[in-house]
Amino acid sequence: MTLTDDQRMLADTVAPFMADEGAISKQLRHWRDIGCKDGFGHGLWKQLAELGLTGIIVPEAQGGAGLGQVEANLVLEEIGRNLTPSPFLTTAVAAVRALEGSAQADRWFPGIVAGDTVAALAIDEGPHHAPAAVALEAKRSGNGFSLSGAKQFVVHGASADVILVAARTAGSAGETDGITLFAVPKDAAGMTVENVALTDASKAARLTFDGCAVDADAVVGEVDGGWAPLSRALNAGRAGAAAELVGVAAGSAEMTFDYLKQRKQFGRLIGEFQALQHRAAHLYGEIEIARAAALKAAQLLDAGDTKAELMVAVAKAKAGKVARLSVQEGVQMHGGIGMTDEHDIGFYMKRQAVLDELFGSPRFHSAEVARLSGY
Amino acid sequence: MSDLEAFRANTRAWLDANCPPEMREPMKGEKDICWGGRHFTFQNEAQKRWMEVMAERGWTVPDWPKKYGGGGLSPAESKILKEEMASLGCRPPLTSFGISMLGPALLKYGNEAQKKKYLTEIARGEIRWCQGYSEPGAGSDLAGLATKAEDKGDHYLVNGQKVWTSYADQADWIFCLVRTSTESKHGGISFLLFDMESEGVSTKPILLISGYSPFCETFFDDVKVPKDQLVHEENKGWDVAKYLLGHEREMISEMGLGGGAGSSTLGTALGGVDDPYLKAEIAAFDVDALAFAAMSERFIDQLKAGEAHPALPSMMKYAGTELNKKRHELVMAGGGSNALEWDSERSRGGKAARDWLRTKANSIEGGTSEVQLGIVAKHILRLPGA
Repeated sequence: MTLTDDQRMLADTVAPFMADEGAISKQLRHWRDIGCKDGFGHGLWKQLAELGLTGIIVPEAQGGAGLGQVEANLVLEEIGRNLTPSPFLTTAVAAVRALEGSAQADRWFPGIVAGDTVAALAIDEGPHHAPAAVALEAKRSGNGFSLSGAKQFVVHGASADVILVAARTAGSAGETDGITLFAVPKDAAGMTVENVALTDASKAARLTFDGCAVDADAVVGEVDGGWAPLSRALNAGRAGAAAELVGVAAGSAEMTFDYLKQRKQFGRLIGEFQALQHRAAHLYGEIEIARAAALKAAQLLDAGDTKAELMVAVAKAKAGKVARLSVQEGVQMHGGIGMTDEHDIGFYMKRQAVLDELFGSPRFHSAEVARLSGY
Repeated sequence: MSDLEAFRANTRAWLDANCPPEMREPMKGEKDICWGGRHFTFQNEAQKRWMEVMAERGWTVPDWPKKYGGGGLSPAESKILKEEMASLGCRPPLTSFGISMLGPALLKYGNEAQKKKYLTEIARGEIRWCQGYSEPGAGSDLAGLATKAEDKGDHYLVNGQKVWTSYADQADWIFCLVRTSTESKHGGISFLLFDMESEGVSTKPILLISGYSPFCETFFDDVKVPKDQLVHEENKGWDVAKYLLGHEREMISEMGLGGGAGSSTLGTALGGVDDPYLKAEIAAFDVDALAFAAMSERFIDQLKAGEAHPALPSMMKYAGTELNKKRHELVMAGGGSNALEWDSERSRGGKAARDWLRTKANSIEGGTSEVQLGIVAKHILRLPGA
């Protein structure tokens, strides 16, 4: 489990780019302060395209780099470390995996590769991640389908050119059979978009479908067989979110460890206090473990291994727990200054909370570990 | 087929042909571990044959050089051997402190004669070693040791006492830290090897809260140790000790997976859990355990590639042993009153309870968790004054 030379080169290119162009002051804080409706900069999305990153897992035959989850995760760890707002995870990773191999891929991949297109995933209908619980109804109507129901936590939903909507064409909520995935263009009649700002200043939409008409060719994969592309998207999204959470944990910890070496209290550097040293050392170890879990999950996904789904659940749960520990220790060890908006450490806490819920919380994924292990 | 694929196929075929069926059953307890050495009683003929046939091939120590009894395998080949043994369920043919601790230190610091003699004996399972590090007055402050070795021309005269010497009563030889100078704390320590049957050596078992006694007190009373049994240079034993400790921590952190967290989850090992609260706790533990298993794999690969930070074993030791303690807390919780039976047949002699109590030493032995965290704070995080 060491990186190949090519993977290392990719990381060495992306890290300084993200630390500079993706820095908190230049992106996150900037877009928040001017009240940007997207919560991210399209300029950076275009830059990522120029670096070949928006098409990182798009097959070479379709204009992409044809790389895998391990490579996407290297990018995501740097995005997490710098809290860089971008549709990379949802569009370049999860949506690309959902669309790959379908007729809809030909329609949307060129825009994604060029950095012109943003995609979003509309899966959850309640406050907690529960992809099998899809109830939004899609009825056959003329040559196509008519969608009725509601979705929430559709990250970048109001900025998206296409929204992948999980709908029920058969069966009932809780069943994985009978779900169909639709690629719905942003201007589809009968779809209402409410743009909501989240805690971390990113944007997620609440969508209402009121007899929204879509063509039959909007179906991604098979009618009633949407669980397959959805699972691909979720595995990639979860593994990617784990890597981004590792980045968030590492960025927060690095900021905190630096602070321990600078801040004086009681006439000493606070990093000299054993109570803080031991907590810092514990945190360091947990981050390394979470990073290993995320890497293992990505490698298994790329290898098409049967254990991939289990390891993805482990990685998302572990990275979530560790990132939470890191941001909590970060704010606590920074003391009063950590509570101020002026200091960046608080941004890490807010981003962690959102990423933790996205694609399933540690509780959800612990339950998945039990289910997949058969207990 | 690539060379490695061919190696994998050949290895699998050879293991399948040579590993006796009894040696593919999961180990039932401590007694199934093959320690080798002059006093070791093999469980059965299969255990003996398995050790010998693997030693013959150099695969008791697959990555050591062939001239010292090893297999001469590359890191990639060693990994394949390990994977193939795991997939066929082969037990380790030989477990010893010679393999996991002394051997690597001798490979780095021993002279040619020492390597030739001791490494070969270790690889064949002929000599069982124990470690003479801790002392009653020193504990985790290892360099605070007092056992004295006086220079008597052709030999050293050793006097003092060691404690927590694992299996000293069953070991053939000891690798031992002694004080050869009092001028500096770390710079006055030497690393000696000697026979436990030497005149003046005696041991006494220490009974533990688990009812087991793997540990001993070991006493040295005017023990004569020939000078050619000094490893590295006089007063430079601390270099050897530190290097060896890194290996000990690797070994302990791998053993932290004790019940095989890498291969099956605790929830499945317990055969399912009904209580929803306990189930949630166990699932959360399994997340941690499976993540740690990934870290262990990565750690070993990093070590072999020379990419691991020298203080990383401390992090692994800390995390692995804390995890193992948590695992056994949960096993006890899952077992309820069944697990509390100390001597009954149905509790297999109180195995769960004794194992649980044994794990409490994990975060003490080989340097306490607090010592490991201090090392990480100082050497990796570079925190001030650490």
